[in-house]
Amino acid sequence: MWKNFGSQVVLENVNLHIGDHEFVTIVGASGCGKTTFLKILLGIETPSKGEFLIDGDPLAGEPGPDRGIVFQRYSLFPHLTVMQNLLLGLEFQGSPLLGRLFGARRRRALERARDLLEAIGLQDAAGKYPAQLSGGMQQRLSIAQSVICEPKILLLDEPFGALDPGITADMHALILKLWNMNKMTIFMVTHDLQESFELGTRVLVFDKVRIDPQAPEAFGATVTYNIPLKGHRSAVGE
Amino acid sequence: MRRLINLSPNRAGALTLSVLPFVLVVAAYLFYSSARNAANPGDKLLPLPATIAATIHQYAFEEDERSGEVLLWKDTASSLERLLAALAVSAVVGLSLGLAIGVLPYLRATLAPFVAALSLIPPLAILPILFIVVGLGEAAKVTLIIIGVTPVIVRDLAFRTAELPGEQLIKAQTLGASSWQLILRVVLPQLWPRLIDAMRMSLGSAWLFLIAAEAIASTEGLGYRIFLVRRYLAMDVILPYVAWITLLAFTMDWLLRLLRAKAFGWAGPGA
Repeated sequence: MWKNFGSQVVLENVNLHIGDHEFVTIVGASGCGKTTFLKILLGIETPSKGEFLIDGDPLAGEPGPDRGIVFQRYSLFPHLTVMQNLLLGLEFQGSPLLGRLFGARRRRALERARDLLEAIGLQDAAGKYPAQLSGGMQQRLSIAQSVICEPKILLLDEPFGALDPGITADMHALILKLWNMNKMTIFMVTHDLQESFELGTRVLVFDKVRIDPQAPEAFGATVTYNIPLKGHRSAVGE
Repeated sequence: MRRLINLSPNRAGALTLSVLPFVLVVAAYLFYSSARNAANPGDKLLPLPATIAATIHQYAFEEDERSGEVLLWKDTASSLERLLAALAVSAVVGLSLGLAIGVLPYLRATLAPFVAALSLIPPLAILPILFIVVGLGEAAKVTLIIIGVTPVIVRDLAFRTAELPGEQLIKAQTLGASSWQLILRVVLPQLWPRLIDAMRMSLGSAWLFLIAAEAIASTEGLGYRIFLVRRYLAMDVILPYVAWITLLAFTMDWLLRLLRAKAFGWAGPGA
């Protein structure tokens, strides 16, 4: 798979096979195409050459419910309460016309949302708006908001990058718990090398292998290390 | 001595200072009014408070000899009817068109430059066209206000829609939202408070167009009355009418601000 913007090559010769229920962490220097890689997975950028397959089918050209995303910021809806934010995915998928659920279906959805809210420790904040939550609570909610739709793949773009270092341990425990509950594949871009080895079952390192000092944009980055962490999954499992 | 930008009055001081300009204007009026009336008891330009009070009583509480109606309320009712009808149409058109232009790239490419051009037409310049096409009745006056404020609201809301973080729209799609659901549950609810802001901004020009239209072709209304009595130099009517219009405009602005704070608390206090 290749990706270039005009003459600038961002990614070159990326060739990967990722299994089900892997936790892939992506590290690399700034400007090494980590985020571009994530955007291609998300469907908001398309590869210039080559393709991505999920279970043998090409990736849809736009974001969809099979791939959840958590950005560093702005992925919550400020006009909805915590509970409404969490319900939104179920309402989109259950009610094409109004985007709202009523009666018994709403009660079932509420029940699921309440369980998940408890799992992320936000049960007491159900009626609050995102602006009233701390950064860590916002990210926990944003992750849960994606997980409730049971995506095959969850994409995390430096989700803990803007958070107080003191709470990242809690966040790691939470993401591993949700990952094991939902059996999804996670791709997580991070700056933090330690985090990447702690969480991942596979670490991808993006870097430029060829550099032309006359034309720094002529060569792109690729996956220079693809490190499966054997036995790791059982260690973080049940 | 601290810098001027760091000096601020306390609450009582701020209140006193905010009242001060009003008091000064009233005092100046009283001074010149009594001076002129002392020199010429028939002065029309700066009528005494007693004269103004008598006129207010006549217009607001006594029936007019010819029409048998209480003029101030009749004028107020017909002006507000025109203004509110026009604002309602502008809000509906402004919201739906602004949202659509902001969120659908094809519609943005088609309509954004057109609306930008429309918003630059001086509405008063096409008032004669309106009179020719829709006649001198209510429709022309309401249409003038609509033409005057709608393009501005459309553009404002299109900008506000485009300002929503792209992350939100992408996130909604990963939660399975169709374009329609995304508009209904994500974009529209966030535009309501912005619509209120846009309406508050357009109130001033809406009143301007209303009074202009009433001055030119009308048989009742606040603007009509002011321009009618101008012939008799009836400042004792004009001044209270202007104050009344200001009060009405202020009240509408205040109600909209209240609505925003009560109904859309998540959006912060606003302007």
